[in-house]
Amino acid sequence: MPENTSTEKEKPRIGVFICHCGSNIGGFVDVKAVTEYASTLPDVAYATDNLYTCAEDGLNNIKDSIKEHNLDRVVVSSCTPRTHAPLFQRTCEAAGVNKYMFTFVNIREHCSWVHMKEKEKATQKAKDLVRMGIARARFLEPQEETKVDVTPTALVVGGGVSGMTAALSLANMKFPVHLVEKDQELGGFVKNLHGLMMTTKSANETIKPLIDKVNAHKNITQHLNSHVASVEGFIGNYDVSIGGDGAEAKEVKVGTIIVATGAVPLVPEGLFGYKEHPNVITSTEFEELCNKKELPKLKSVAFIQCVGARGQTVSYCSRICCNVAIKSAMNIAENRDNMLGVTEEKAAETGEVVEEPTAEKKAEEEGSERRRRRRGRGRRDEDEGGEEAAAPSSGVEVTVFNRDVMAYGVEHELEFNKAREKRVKFIRYLPDNLPKVSVKDGKLEVGYFHETLKMERTMPVDLVILSTPLVAQPDAATLSQLLKVPLGQDGFFQEAHVKLRPVDFATDGVYVCGACRGPADITEAVSQAAAAASRAVIPLANGFVQAEALTSRIDEAKCSGCGTCVEACPYSALRKNEEGVTEVIAAACKGCGCCGATCPENAITMTHYTDQQLLAEAKAALEEV
Amino acid sequence: MTEKHHTAHHGKKEAEADKEWEPKIVGFLCNWCSYAGADLCGVSRFQYPTNIRLVRVMCSTRVSPHIVLDVLEAGADGILVGGCHLNDCHYMTGNYHTEKRVNLMKRLLREAGIEEGRLRLEWVSASEGEKFSKVVTEFTEEIQKLGPSKVHTDDMVKAKVAAADDASETFRLKALVGKEFNLLSKGNAYGDTVDPEKLTGIIDVATEEEFERALILELARIRPMSVKQLGMVMEVPTDRVLRHIVLLRQNSMIAMEHPEGFTPLYKTIEIGGEQ
Repeated sequence: MPENTSTEKEKPRIGVFICHCGSNIGGFVDVKAVTEYASTLPDVAYATDNLYTCAEDGLNNIKDSIKEHNLDRVVVSSCTPRTHAPLFQRTCEAAGVNKYMFTFVNIREHCSWVHMKEKEKATQKAKDLVRMGIARARFLEPQEETKVDVTPTALVVGGGVSGMTAALSLANMKFPVHLVEKDQELGGFVKNLHGLMMTTKSANETIKPLIDKVNAHKNITQHLNSHVASVEGFIGNYDVSIGGDGAEAKEVKVGTIIVATGAVPLVPEGLFGYKEHPNVITSTEFEELCNKKELPKLKSVAFIQCVGARGQTVSYCSRICCNVAIKSAMNIAENRDNMLGVTEEKAAETGEVVEEPTAEKKAEEEGSERRRRRRGRGRRDEDEGGEEAAAPSSGVEVTVFNRDVMAYGVEHELEFNKAREKRVKFIRYLPDNLPKVSVKDGKLEVGYFHETLKMERTMPVDLVILSTPLVAQPDAATLSQLLKVPLGQDGFFQEAHVKLRPVDFATDGVYVCGACRGPADITEAVSQAAAAASRAVIPLANGFVQAEALTSRIDEAKCSGCGTCVEACPYSALRKNEEGVTEVIAAACKGCGCCGATCPENAITMTHYTDQQLLAEAKAALEEV
Repeated sequence: MTEKHHTAHHGKKEAEADKEWEPKIVGFLCNWCSYAGADLCGVSRFQYPTNIRLVRVMCSTRVSPHIVLDVLEAGADGILVGGCHLNDCHYMTGNYHTEKRVNLMKRLLREAGIEEGRLRLEWVSASEGEKFSKVVTEFTEEIQKLGPSKVHTDDMVKAKVAAADDASETFRLKALVGKEFNLLSKGNAYGDTVDPEKLTGIIDVATEEEFERALILELARIRPMSVKQLGMVMEVPTDRVLRHIVLLRQNSMIAMEHPEGFTPLYKTIEIGGEQ
């Protein structure tokens, strides 16, 4: 058997410490018998039991025994390594034994607590487990953890709200930042918008202070009209080439990278008469028309929600579009900043009344509003066909065709209520019976099935606004390949953990924020950006990253350069070097062992989880005693 | 068929003769989910049979077919592999690779005549303590029903498991299974999508061939054998055996020895020339 080859080196001197954990183990396992058994096993120089190995005298016992018995490896048999391994490893190190020369045997969670009524069998199992741990310990090797220096500079890709916020956060922490924006100016998607929810300022006014701060900050180097052309390296040491329009690529060295490339609205080709009629537009185009004050004359406007979303072109809900529609609907209803462009001159021509409701009308409106409230706010379906619906103050009828309104959160629901109070109609449709946009006698109309009245109806409109979801940037895949970070099935960047690590990528050193991770509103983008910056700054502030010793090791003589491992590694921690063989980027390796189990040439060894160690441990379980 | 009768009979005899028989089960659990689930099981005091012995790995993807097959060859009656639920892997895609590897192990067990039920893959999260106890209890009962592994009593089965182990270490199978997940999820190097059924077919054929070759080497290691003898022992048509032999000879893995009259015998060449 190859297992007996430890003779080449010095014979191992193993110390075994078996814990009673009060009565937690001692009450269900004969710890004395296990200890006695352990002391009879080969290479065991010392075995003892402790009432509490993790208590101070237990730890001192380990330290003293290491010196007294000249132990070179330690087996602690007690609770779970998931909580207590670091403690015992520190104790070993304090007594001069490398922390990788330590093995943990779990006889509490995996033995005494799950076999509480079978002391004899539990004791036998504990003996087996201890024997397995000792078998593993024989093959342990000391390891060193390497430190890798970090270039204290960051790269932020994307100059929208999230990118600017992230860059500013990092710059304010005194770290130089390279900010790459593909457009000729900062501001991203938001700069093209008209109004924003819950603020009376325009979109541009709202983000101007942010842009000004970025422009003025000495720690931020802007690269406009630029894109990331290539990325080499790993956490702490990235060599990034920034390409510009026709300009020569600039090479920068950065330690961490934040991806904040945002998203784009879906173009609803072939949906609801888009492009067939000029007055069928997307909500983004609506914002642009508002900015340019080029809206057509409006009497009736229909929003259609979830165009191409939720199981149509894309599977997900874009979250923000309901709120955007509520905001726009209210703005139209209120004719905010005279966005409808109703001039007194024009009004005279068309016989329209420029708003300033008379006291009489106001009273009437309030009265009906009160009646409405009495009827209950929970009604989402429109009471069209009920009592006379008082027109909104702008005189424009606004209807929002929706599957359901996702006005989540405290403020948004209030805005939704306000919109209904402003007589914005919310009419529900079902996904298998979509509203139809058609043209009759040169006039746009929306046909729909009224779910409450259970009848087909038609509504003449002047403008149809299609609320389309935000979708991933078309070049997201290119960037994801350059950075070796994953995209989810919808093409958005995918974070390391959906709940616990929302702004990290699984690859250390690269972080994500804003709409490139999925539809987000400004508030969310800003918080995510601040979060991403606070994550990205950790390696920069530390100045180094500690590479774990639990990495794969490649036997270059065996490696044929087939690349199977490079593909399989989820962390891009393997790469081919100039000689065509694979090498491990220790700072990027997480030690999962995928490459080791994959390597067709058996050229990869997993440090601390070698075949030899695992097989020795597992086969020891089968020995007859 | 006869082999089946034989086992059933044998298992019965064994059970009668040795009522004390207790299955030996080894579990390989990933640190982040199933090991933590086993911990929670303990903390919650959910009880299960004492037969299982657990080995901790960082990720279930670490559990290469070689490890499982070697431990089965060494006499384990059952092997449990525990990982995080799909899409919940601490290492993102590790458990997808585990799934592919376990499929290969099962294919090889079929070839070796070992019941597939002796190998079980389970996703247990860190919060599924109770599930862990149920999984272990059920699995132990299943192994009880299957009886002791034939590896203990049947040398041919033992040789076959050894051959399965060797086959699992061949470049062809490792490369195929190592690439399987990415081929299916991302397509091949040219950006073409890969038909899952076709790929399964390719792996099935490769498994069968590599297993047969490994078995020839395993059998011809013990004593030189003729094509006809190999065909009979392996229950494989002689023309197939011959084709394997030709390929093995080309790769200097088997040598012709002591022809008896007109019948050549073949003996495995030990790597490094060791006996």
